[in-house]
Amino acid sequence: MGLSPFNLLFAELEVGKHLYWQIGNIRIHGQVFMTSWILIGALLTLVVVGTKKMERDPKGVQNLLEFLWDYIRDLARTQIGEKVYRDWMPFIGTLFLFIFVSNWGGALIPWRFIKLPSGELGAPTADINTTVALALLVSLSYFYAGLSNKGLRYFEYYVHPTPIMLPFKIVEDFTKPLSLSFRLFGNILADELVVAVLVFLVPLVLPVPVMFLGLFTSAIQALIFATLAAYYIGEAVEEHH
Amino acid sequence: MTSLILFGASEGGLFDFDATLPLMAVQVVILTFILNTLFFKPVGKVVEEREGYVVSSLAEAKKKLAEVEQLEADLKSQLKEARQSAQSVISEAEADSDNLFREALALATAEANASREETRREIDSQKKSALNQIKLDAEKLGELIVDRLLASK
Repeated sequence: MGLSPFNLLFAELEVGKHLYWQIGNIRIHGQVFMTSWILIGALLTLVVVGTKKMERDPKGVQNLLEFLWDYIRDLARTQIGEKVYRDWMPFIGTLFLFIFVSNWGGALIPWRFIKLPSGELGAPTADINTTVALALLVSLSYFYAGLSNKGLRYFEYYVHPTPIMLPFKIVEDFTKPLSLSFRLFGNILADELVVAVLVFLVPLVLPVPVMFLGLFTSAIQALIFATLAAYYIGEAVEEHH
Repeated sequence: MTSLILFGASEGGLFDFDATLPLMAVQVVILTFILNTLFFKPVGKVVEEREGYVVSSLAEAKKKLAEVEQLEADLKSQLKEARQSAQSVISEAEADSDNLFREALALATAEANASREETRREIDSQKKSALNQIKLDAEKLGELIVDRLLASK
């Protein structure tokens, strides 16, 4: 192997290195939780400030929050349907907001200036554990939504047009969380890596358009994740006739 | 080495699953409940209240508009009626005054005619009496002249 430039580059970027926190006999990725707490804190601060004094004529942050609320409601309503979207709106909204602040926080905040003993701070969604956790929550949610709305008739969905679909639908239950988690993880990590590599190679001007592209991708990924989660839940609660 | 670092060596790697996963899931679930209480419920309440307010205001405004239109139509018909009645009063009054004028004219004409007749009659009788007087006087004069003539002879 030796010290190829490629190796040096990744040594600089510290890909796949984590700051481990040992709690009892379990280990967690400290940098993921640190950034997620900071970003969740920022999100909650925004929410608390915006809902402190709400009026019928919205002012300031309340406008932003109402815009977000309306956006999330439209998303949930179009995907899940008029009947049960209210139950799932907080979950879809939380997914969207959490992924959005994670992605944008990872891209916009100069974490690089905070040195850690190991690993580096970045978007929590650039860690596979976070995206798999979110994707598994989505899987649990659509199973729960289907079973609580239709009982055991939910499993009719597996043989819906014809029983031939059964194996495909079972495989789908595994591919859904897999694609959800890897799509988000891959996009965000790739964006971070591209920006880091460009900054490393050409520190001036060139990374800026890529950073803007990264912001765009980040927002799109949050929207895609929330929309797909809502779509899966909607698919599970949909009545077949 | 690179591949080991990227794809999960014993220590670290991109696909290093550990307790971060369940803890992150728990954290997101907790965040869902917190955001539900702090964000989705209160903002939803405000937005839905406003939507209700807008809908009810719109319905009220529509009702009021219908009322206004009804009132306008009522007033228009009342105005039309009033105009008609005013017109009829005017034409009645005109007819009345016309009648009065005609009556008064007829009366005056009749009176004038009557007084003219009376005057004429009076003149006639005076003329007649004057003629009689003259005739008498002429007869008397004639007799006197005859007497004188006879006396002188």
